[in-house]
Amino acid sequence: MPDTITLQVARYRPDADAAPTTQEYVVPLREEWAVLDGLNYIKDRLDGTLSFRWSCRMGICGSCGMTVNGNPVLTCGTFLTDYAPGPIRIEPLANFPVVRDLVVEIEDFLRKLPAVKPWLVREDEQGVDDVEFLQTPAQLAEYQQYSMCINCMLCYAACPVYALEPDFLGPAAIALAQRYNLDSRDQGAHQRLDLLATAQGVWACTYVGECTSACPKGVDPAGAIQRYKLTAATRTLRSVLMPWAAR
Amino acid sequence: MSELTRESPAQGAHPLPAGPYRPRTSVFWWVRRRSYLLFVLRELSCVFVAWFVVYLLLLVAAVHRGNDAYQGFLQWSGQPGMLVLNLVALAFVVLHAITWFNLAPKAMVVRLHGRRLPSRIVAAGHFTAWLVVSALVAWLVVG
Repeated sequence: MPDTITLQVARYRPDADAAPTTQEYVVPLREEWAVLDGLNYIKDRLDGTLSFRWSCRMGICGSCGMTVNGNPVLTCGTFLTDYAPGPIRIEPLANFPVVRDLVVEIEDFLRKLPAVKPWLVREDEQGVDDVEFLQTPAQLAEYQQYSMCINCMLCYAACPVYALEPDFLGPAAIALAQRYNLDSRDQGAHQRLDLLATAQGVWACTYVGECTSACPKGVDPAGAIQRYKLTAATRTLRSVLMPWAAR
Repeated sequence: MSELTRESPAQGAHPLPAGPYRPRTSVFWWVRRRSYLLFVLRELSCVFVAWFVVYLLLLVAAVHRGNDAYQGFLQWSGQPGMLVLNLVALAFVVLHAITWFNLAPKAMVVRLHGRRLPSRIVAAGHFTAWLVVSALVAWLVVG
């Protein structure tokens, strides 16, 4: 195994560049080093001007998502040795405006996320002391998979629908809406329906399935969206056939 | 991505307006990945599904018009160009059906005695139903 590897890193300095460029750095190739360790080596030893986001280094914070050799990945969980002898191409997440180097603008996602009300909606809001919501393991299993989402936005980078239709609510926001819709303690499904069952919601999805392939936490957003399509279609059909029935 | 250039940084004489870089999506985004290409082929398959519907209606119309029209339809269908078109259409319709049935367990949650059935079983149920219906149609036509 060679003891170094070349990283081809996308650079974009908004005050100097009209478009991103590529800069090459040679970093030590160590078995225990993730791509993020290589970037931190650049930042600490070679070029302090390189900008990128990271925090936890353990696949929980969802900050260090980047495009590595064309694939959206968490750089803390992607190892240099898997790409040896290199070179490795490191670019910002696709489908997002680039603020600087490997840092992308995430305002669009931050605006869409609260729109699906990703919290427990209750019609009978009671104080913590007055009520206790018990849940069985089976009820937990209904939504647990979707609760693993860490908002890393790799699914948005993988989704060609989001690239072509920026108004699309997107995989993670819909999966998180389903996380609460399927929670036995939640009563907000009908509030989320008006946003989810629209042309910008689940119906924009054409099931490419790449969001699920890209997800580092096994959330399966594509599955969540297809499942909600069936729910939305059933509800619409029911409201047409039985307009007198409650939603 | 492919939008990024590999040239050295462009140091313009004039200060550039500082702001985020918005990459453009290429018209040929769908050739970049195998999964994207497969997806576009699957979407394209609906054209061939529509063609088979039209073809079936033409057949029904020919049968309705009598034996001569029916024989004419068979002759038209036997032309090499039509055979190639229908073979290509069949391939796309099979792709359409397989991807559709594979999608079914993603959308449907089937429970038996309170337990969620594994995806494989849900998909297998759909494929079995497809085979049974196909066999029934084949028996009606050939038998």
